[in-house]
Amino acid sequence: MEAAVQVRGLTKRYGDRVVLDGVDLDVASGSVCALLGPNGAGKTTTVRVLTTLLRPDGGRVEVAGVDVRAHPREVRRRIGLVGQQPAVDDVLGARENLVLFSRLHHLDRRAARRRAGELLELVGLADTGSKPVRQFSGGIRRRLDIAAGLVLAPQVLFLDEPTTGLDPAGRRDVWEAVRALVAGGTTVLLTTQYLEEAEQLADDVCVLDGGRVAARGTPRELTAAVGGDRLELVVDDPARATEAADLAGRVASGPPGPPPPVRGTRVTVAVARRPGVVGDVVRALDGAGIGVDDVLLRPATLDEAYLRITGRPDQRTEVPA
Amino acid sequence: MTATAQLPAPAPVVPEREGWTGRLRWAVADALTVTARDVAHWRRQPGALLVGLLFPVLMLVMFLYLLGGGMAVPGGGSYRDFLVPGVLGLAVVFGLEATMTAVVTDVGRGITDRFRSMPMAPSAVVAGRCLADLASSALGLAVLALAGVLVGWRPDGVGPAVAAFGLLLLLRVGFLWFGIWLGLLVRDPASVTAVQILVWPFAFLSNAFVATSTMPGWLATVAEWNPLAATVTAVRRLSGDPVGTGGGWATEHATLLAVVWPVVLSVVFATLAVRRWQGLSR
Repeated sequence: MEAAVQVRGLTKRYGDRVVLDGVDLDVASGSVCALLGPNGAGKTTTVRVLTTLLRPDGGRVEVAGVDVRAHPREVRRRIGLVGQQPAVDDVLGARENLVLFSRLHHLDRRAARRRAGELLELVGLADTGSKPVRQFSGGIRRRLDIAAGLVLAPQVLFLDEPTTGLDPAGRRDVWEAVRALVAGGTTVLLTTQYLEEAEQLADDVCVLDGGRVAARGTPRELTAAVGGDRLELVVDDPARATEAADLAGRVASGPPGPPPPVRGTRVTVAVARRPGVVGDVVRALDGAGIGVDDVLLRPATLDEAYLRITGRPDQRTEVPA
Repeated sequence: MTATAQLPAPAPVVPEREGWTGRLRWAVADALTVTARDVAHWRRQPGALLVGLLFPVLMLVMFLYLLGGGMAVPGGGSYRDFLVPGVLGLAVVFGLEATMTAVVTDVGRGITDRFRSMPMAPSAVVAGRCLADLASSALGLAVLALAGVLVGWRPDGVGPAVAAFGLLLLLRVGFLWFGIWLGLLVRDPASVTAVQILVWPFAFLSNAFVATSTMPGWLATVAEWNPLAATVTAVRRLSGDPVGTGGGWATEHATLLAVVWPVVLSVVFATLAVRRWQGLSR
């Protein structure tokens, strides 16, 4: 397995504040890695170091086999960066933007025009004519932004929260574009606050928390590691939901963790899967005089794994589609 | 819309030019590409360009015909001939805001970061900004000078006119670095408004519109030492226009100061701007 990104002991501090506290990261060539974490976990700082925008304080960082500190220019020739907001010229059209960025990648005039055309085809924007970018929707602008990061067909593409602030349609737009790239062999490192995004796109997930790697693995490994199954119960009396959660949690005897979440009459508890466990929980609740209207036994989601790893609910500002 | 499933076309191969001559050629080419982006903006937004060009003309017309009737130049001479170099100087000061807005916008939108993550010459981001702003200022000054000629102002021959133009653009270079530094410093588009407002007291605290001899003593001294005052006085002398009476050392040596001030401004703010720029990666 050839590493497209190799990070060892990366540290970065601003004054007294330690932002990255010894991050190790490997991204295999041709794979998609999602950096997941709450705000302030160090996701963007990591990407900025990997894309030569920030100098690391310590550690070894290689991108596409090149050391970012020793040869930043060489790294820049091998990467594409799509930042948190679409960094394209609002006044110009899609094609003009791509010609501009191609020229700045040192393609001659004709090659730049040809490359702009190819990239427009690639992200499905060939029919936008000369309309200024400011008239585009968020998702379309994002796709142009991604195309601008692909001028030299980078070995590694960095996407920093590529779908934050997009509506569900825009988010799907971006996901499709990323999948097409990955099918073409591009290595992608993306940061996201959306667990679903990581589940949809990533081969590997690396959870950052407080500037450290809190967990890593495939989405499946992460969910398995935090303990198998969840029992969702709908109880008849919202006033007793918390009491029901406590009781159900004791009977189900799942792995220890933060208190089970309660939303209205819906109670979710971790369970150790064994014969009769659902019946035991329902009978216990019945015995306590709490009626159960609905029961669902299911595997844990990445959401729940994330909650367990970071010890706090995810800080999504909106629910993804 | 759906993304096409086709694979990305093979990467264009770009030979890296080696050595410092190769790098220099890229630096120049990249700077011109960044400049061309601004020129494309003008083509795209001719309205904005026109407003930028005509606003100083409006100032000229307002001061000349609305206020000018009540103005007398101490020591004699027509207010019109006194005013035109003053408004030319004002137009140069307006450039500060244009530069700052461009820098703040590019940093705020992440375009500066995109440039910094690309294999282009880092100097080209700033050099392109300088070339584009100098080009637009040169155009603006030409339009304004033409308007001055239309209202009856006459420069004193081609040579002096070219020298005056050179001094105005030199001051523009000083304000350019000031604007780049401010743009990198504030990062907040709202603070551009503050600069837009502060430009006015700065311009009025000079001899651009009124001779300093009509001001209270200490204020006159401050106004006289304003970099704008030096350039405006130098332009007046070159164009054979009235300069007003009074004034101390700074007015007597205005032509010298019209060179020294912009150089000092450029050196100080270019140094600060470069440090600020390097600070982006810290």
